[in-house]
Amino acid sequence: MSAALKTDYLTINMGPQHPSTHGVIRFIIKTDGEIIHECDPDIGYLHRGIEKLAESVSWQGFVPFTDRVDYVCAMNANLSYSMAVEKLMGLEIPQRAEYIRVIVSELNRISSHAIAIGAANMDMGAFTPFVHLLREREHINDLLEMICGARLTYNYICIGGVNYDLPPGFKEKTLEFLDHFEVVVEQINRLISYNQIFIKRFANVAVVPPEMAMQYNLVGPNLRGSGVKFDVRVAEPYSIYPELDFDVPVGEGYEGTLGDCYDRYLVRVKEIRESIKIIRQCLQRIPGGEHKAVVKNVIKPPKGHIYFRTETPRGDTGYFIYSDGKTSPNRLKIRTGSFTAMSIIPEIAKGVFIADLVAIIGSLDVVAPELDR
Amino acid sequence: MKTLHNSFESDGFVLTSIDHLINLARANSLWYLLFSTACCGIELMQTGGPRADLERFGSAPRAVPRQADLMLVAGTITLKMASRVKVLYDQMAEPRYVISMGSCANSGGLFQASYSVLHGVDRVIPVDVYLPGCPPRPEALLSALIELQNKVKKEKYLRKK
Repeated sequence: MSAALKTDYLTINMGPQHPSTHGVIRFIIKTDGEIIHECDPDIGYLHRGIEKLAESVSWQGFVPFTDRVDYVCAMNANLSYSMAVEKLMGLEIPQRAEYIRVIVSELNRISSHAIAIGAANMDMGAFTPFVHLLREREHINDLLEMICGARLTYNYICIGGVNYDLPPGFKEKTLEFLDHFEVVVEQINRLISYNQIFIKRFANVAVVPPEMAMQYNLVGPNLRGSGVKFDVRVAEPYSIYPELDFDVPVGEGYEGTLGDCYDRYLVRVKEIRESIKIIRQCLQRIPGGEHKAVVKNVIKPPKGHIYFRTETPRGDTGYFIYSDGKTSPNRLKIRTGSFTAMSIIPEIAKGVFIADLVAIIGSLDVVAPELDR
Repeated sequence: MKTLHNSFESDGFVLTSIDHLINLARANSLWYLLFSTACCGIELMQTGGPRADLERFGSAPRAVPRQADLMLVAGTITLKMASRVKVLYDQMAEPRYVISMGSCANSGGLFQASYSVLHGVDRVIPVDVYLPGCPPRPEALLSALIELQNKVKKEKYLRKK
């Protein structure tokens, strides 16, 4: 560009109310024409002080708060916290509860990825896939409502097991749903994944090489999209995952460069298939027995601290808990995948079009409350 | 429909008040601002989805406050967000309505004890319908919308001061 054509940078504001920022995230963007020169995320519009609130509620009383940390996959968030406290207490939980936990969290993983895929498409201007996926998500909501009566924030997995046993007819309905959903995944692929318009928007955009992904501590599907085969379910097995047979899909540069938006997107679609596989195995092998260990109403875990992480749809969610032997945690810190995903945006958003920033947010699947807590 | 059509063939007429006619149109085209902060936003999306289908009540999502008649405050409003909610409300053209969706927007809900959460969105903007629940079901949101439509239909729009 010649010196005569040199223009000033224009600072524009994206958010906090913006339909494609998935909640309330604000970006202060310095643009050079249509190209982003600098992108500065401004977070904290949904900071609710959940970590501080944990210090004033009982150990069981914090489970509903974990629902709201990541509402798109509340079961997984319940699971992380409950398992952390159980590890701290040295509590053994019944085998049946472990199976139920895995079934519900994998169901929730499917519904979370459905939102992620649908929202990414809606941001690209394709409204139809989003509506299709919302319809499918209603089926999962129905199944989870059958179990615990709630549609979004479940408070189902608790310290010591799960709150209720599986209702009669759940197994058949779930199998019916899985048969139906396997077809839907194919339809999604036909409708979106191999759609040239969609590929043009996602392929070769915002490439994150494997080294960079690890430097920025990306987790979950975002990390695997860069080709790093790391899954907490396999690397640090917990619950009954070691007994189950499933693959960890990674990005391979399906439509161009390794670690672009399309890889991150397709890893999510492939993970849905793996989740279906896991649920089928669990439903086959689920043993009888109790669904909850005997836990007192007021629990006082021994003094000490623990860090425990599980694989949620947005990467590993870790709970650091420091207990001083009282009825509520002394300090609780939540480590979430969205936060690190957000930290990489200023780096990869340099030099892309403004419209591609929306693709980046969509492909990284950033959820605001998980980010701000 | 046939009889109605026939009655207009020879310059028929309908007796109604202007207020009623205007309110009928306004109540059935309450476009809402696509604004969600937290958990209720997902239920709002599901309500807009195929099963509940919010649009059959004439309620379509709008991304720009200027085009919206209705603000659905879905989710927790933090102190940092409160001033932005006020700005968004001020940008909406009158007549404008607000549905406070969920316990957090009503009163702070589960996060009332928190240091950074606003105790109810009615401290910043006026609210027409309060909708309880954490989060409310799509059916509840539809009910709130119908409630608001009933309110709009009763208004004397032309004689409004």
